[in-house]
Amino acid sequence: MAMNGKGTFLDASTLPVKEFDGIIVGGGGSGMMASLQLAKSGMNTAVVSKVFPTRSHTVSAQGGITCSIQSADPDDDWRWHMYDTVKGSDFIGDQDSIEYMCKEGPEAIFELENMGLPFSRTEEGKIYQRAFGGQSKDYGKGGQAERTCAAADRTGHALLHTLFQANVKAGTNFLSEWFAVDLVKNQNDQVVGVIAFEIESGEPYFLKSKATVLATGGAGRIYQTTSNALINTGDGTGMALRAGFPVQDMEMWQFHPTGIHGHGTLVTEGCRGEGGYLVNKDGERFMERYAPNYKDLASRDVVARSMFTEILEGRGCGPDADHVYLKLDHLGPEIVHKRLPGVTELSKRFAHVDPAEHPIPVVPTCHYAMGGIPTNVHGQVISQNPDGTDKIIDGLYAAGEAACVSVHGGNRLGGNSLLDLIVFGRSAGLHIEESFKAGIKMDDPSSDDIDYALRNLNRVNVSQSGENFVEVKKDLQKTMQMNFGVFRTEELMENGIKEVSDLRDKSQNIHLADKSSQFNTARVEALELLNLIEVAEATAISANERKESRGAHSREDFPDRDDENWLKHSIYFSDTKQVSKRDVNFRPKQVQAFQPIVRTY
Amino acid sequence: MNAIAASEIKTLRLSIYRYDPLKQEKPYMQDFDIDIPTEKDLMVLDVLMLAKEQDPSISFRRSCREGVCGSDGLNINGKNGLGCITPLSDVAKSNKLSIRPLPGLPVIKDLIVDMKQFVDQYKKVKPYLITDKKVDTREAIPQTIEEREKLDGLYECIMCGCCSTACPSFWWNPDKFLGPAALLQAYRFIADSRDTATEERLEQLEDAFSVFRCHGIMNCVSVCPKGLNPTKAIGEIKKMLVKRAL
Ligand SMILES: Cc1cc2nc3c(=O)[nH]c(=O)nc-3n(C[C@H](O)[C@H](O)[C@H](O)COP(=O)(O)OP(=O)(O)OC[C@H]3O[C@@H](n4cnc5c(N)ncnc54)[C@H](O)[C@@H]3O)c2cc1C
Ligand code: SF4
Ligand code: SF4
Ligand code: FES
Repeated sequence: MAMNGKGTFLDASTLPVKEFDGIIVGGGGSGMMASLQLAKSGMNTAVVSKVFPTRSHTVSAQGGITCSIQSADPDDDWRWHMYDTVKGSDFIGDQDSIEYMCKEGPEAIFELENMGLPFSRTEEGKIYQRAFGGQSKDYGKGGQAERTCAAADRTGHALLHTLFQANVKAGTNFLSEWFAVDLVKNQNDQVVGVIAFEIESGEPYFLKSKATVLATGGAGRIYQTTSNALINTGDGTGMALRAGFPVQDMEMWQFHPTGIHGHGTLVTEGCRGEGGYLVNKDGERFMERYAPNYKDLASRDVVARSMFTEILEGRGCGPDADHVYLKLDHLGPEIVHKRLPGVTELSKRFAHVDPAEHPIPVVPTCHYAMGGIPTNVHGQVISQNPDGTDKIIDGLYAAGEAACVSVHGGNRLGGNSLLDLIVFGRSAGLHIEESFKAGIKMDDPSSDDIDYALRNLNRVNVSQSGENFVEVKKDLQKTMQMNFGVFRTEELMENGIKEVSDLRDKSQNIHLADKSSQFNTARVEALELLNLIEVAEATAISANERKESRGAHSREDFPDRDDENWLKHSIYFSDTKQVSKRDVNFRPKQVQAFQPIVRTY
Repeated sequence: MNAIAASEIKTLRLSIYRYDPLKQEKPYMQDFDIDIPTEKDLMVLDVLMLAKEQDPSISFRRSCREGVCGSDGLNINGKNGLGCITPLSDVAKSNKLSIRPLPGLPVIKDLIVDMKQFVDQYKKVKPYLITDKKVDTREAIPQTIEEREKLDGLYECIMCGCCSTACPSFWWNPDKFLGPAALLQAYRFIADSRDTATEERLEQLEDAFSVFRCHGIMNCVSVCPKGLNPTKAIGEIKKMLVKRAL
């Protein structure tokens, strides 16, 4: 049958093929770090991105990138950073990965600086570092550390543009404004590329490669209120689940304490790092009660829960008592406007206040997925054998927020995501490069394999009637917000699981009314919904299964951490909807493992 | 959401530029009546998304919805700006608003323009650090606070294209005149104390078109949503070129 994106049925026999040595799905920080590595080694590399790369969500990161580069403190030590990260993760971060990230981090930071990243500077002409939550010196004994490298409060922008520029220099191919739909697997369960279409023309292709990297970023759009961009719909995660691969720790969603009330947009933790603090309606600096030592710079899950407790107990601000205030005005306009120019801008726009004069109304907002596609430190995707052992998937890599190499465990520390992107984006690139040198053999997919990967695109393209996908999306966001928020109970979650399952059924029957080929954004949104559903269901079922409170996952019916049963990763498969457990790595190579302790700040 | 009482709603007459080159010979303006709750100052992007709920076929780009990704440069009631951070209260006149694509670039569909020319000009200025300073992968290239401050107002560009598509010189010669965004980027690297390719960069800019087509009309400055000043950067480059020619 004729094939194009124009509402007709596609099949393998007529689908054009483009072949590359490496395909990176995602042009954010992690994707472009991986592609840079490959392009520099002379490999034929393509970055597939549904938006022009500098429009990726990494551009929004504000506060900075945490790393012990010994600029603010010459005695700083990557092992202290490692300790903080393990503790911050509530002990389900993998210690081999955390060790790798903290130790390799400085080199990656200097590489970025050498590429041109315009970091802010110290008096000595070094990279400026600021304080962020959960940071300590000397394994928690030496007080607050200043470890987050910053380019004013526009670090993500500076990082993403620098990486784009470096990729331009290195000659990376950009398939910009292309949408990846599904992975293509051969009969040996190896990944051999993706189905994608060029959004501008609507033309679909099989993008063939021996190495495919999923660097598709977060999925905050499963919730109603989020700091995430509109494009953060968990596409890579959805693709992995549909291909039969698992996700890990999907119950772990970070709610960032300081989202602008009524909008969800973030103001960075760097505000509190620069001396800002939270107050309730009585003007009380309430974090002193919940975290006497670190106060407003306690770990994010702790601060978000404290804020909700204040609000639930009637000490919230505003006419509906539904938010608290972030106070910066005592710092004076000089500091506020110089160090936090981006925050000043956002606050004026979305909260209608100048933070140098008035406090900003804030409320926790869904921010970051600690969970994702499980990988090892080389970015190789891991599945689970029936006996619970790990199984490496040939040809598939994941990096960045879509992945779960598990450096963040149950709760991510501020500034650790950008570090994760560049360290593991690079390590995935390195591994692909080495595998290529050693030679990779892979069977071609059969036409059935390709047709299978085309099924969703076909279903949407030929739909004649059915559900309105905008409505299904709204309902999904609502039920996730209601039932899987900062405080969770079995009753709420079981109700939520049922609703999500009903919405999944509806999503199998969505109708795309507009079948036009040229830049059809409705088609993109319909396909994104399928991914949101996968991510939401994985979150819902995993959250109900983890019967304890740990990190960001806080249950009223199981208020304590249960190390005996749950010092584990959760692993979820979409086809069986079953959750199993996976061991946390306690075998770092160069230091002694950090053993679980009670987490206080 | 609770139903909003009628008194709290006003109706906005929104005109959107529509064009699908495969379906229509000519672009046309389509009108929508959008109910706007008055207690919130919606942004232009919010209104576009409400219109898209009425007609899902309207195409426009958007991503961050907070003014940092540069996706939604639009021509709003005649002036270029970002939809997501332009409040209705700033632009809507007697409850009327018209939205067109950025001027001067080919339209792919509706509000989506082809940014290729814009990006090509950007790439021409070698938008990356070129340095022969000793690069030790174990440390940063030193830069003082004052040297770094010279990059403020330059590095923040989000490549939205609002400036270049407001610039008459760019409309007439989009392939030769680099345009304000690319020139701002050129100066961002010239001004970087770590970059050592100033001579090479200036040489590339000295022809009659690349820079000198700028006549200081300042349209670019007046539309830049990030408050940047390409005209000033272009002035600095011109000064350096003149000095070099002497
Ligand atoms: C407001 C905000 C502030 C933050 N501040 C900080 C901070 O200060 N420090 C810190 O460490 N972290 C911060 N974070 C977190 C951090 O920014 C993100 O986790 C990180 O940038 C994610 O990068 P990524 O490379 O994984 O994905 P992204 O940057 O989200 O990129 C994803 C890419 O995948 C592409 N893509 C997705 N789906 C498809 C598809 N189907 N087909 C084709 N392409 C696709 C997109 O086009 C995009 O290019 C912040 C996050 C937010 C929301
Ligand atoms: S000042 Fe120069 S670059 Fe700016 S709009 Fe005018 S001619 Fe164009
Ligand atoms: S200079 Fe301003 S208007 Fe021009 S592309 Fe950059 S951010 Fe946009
Ligand atoms: S949507 Fe990103 S700048 Fe407007």
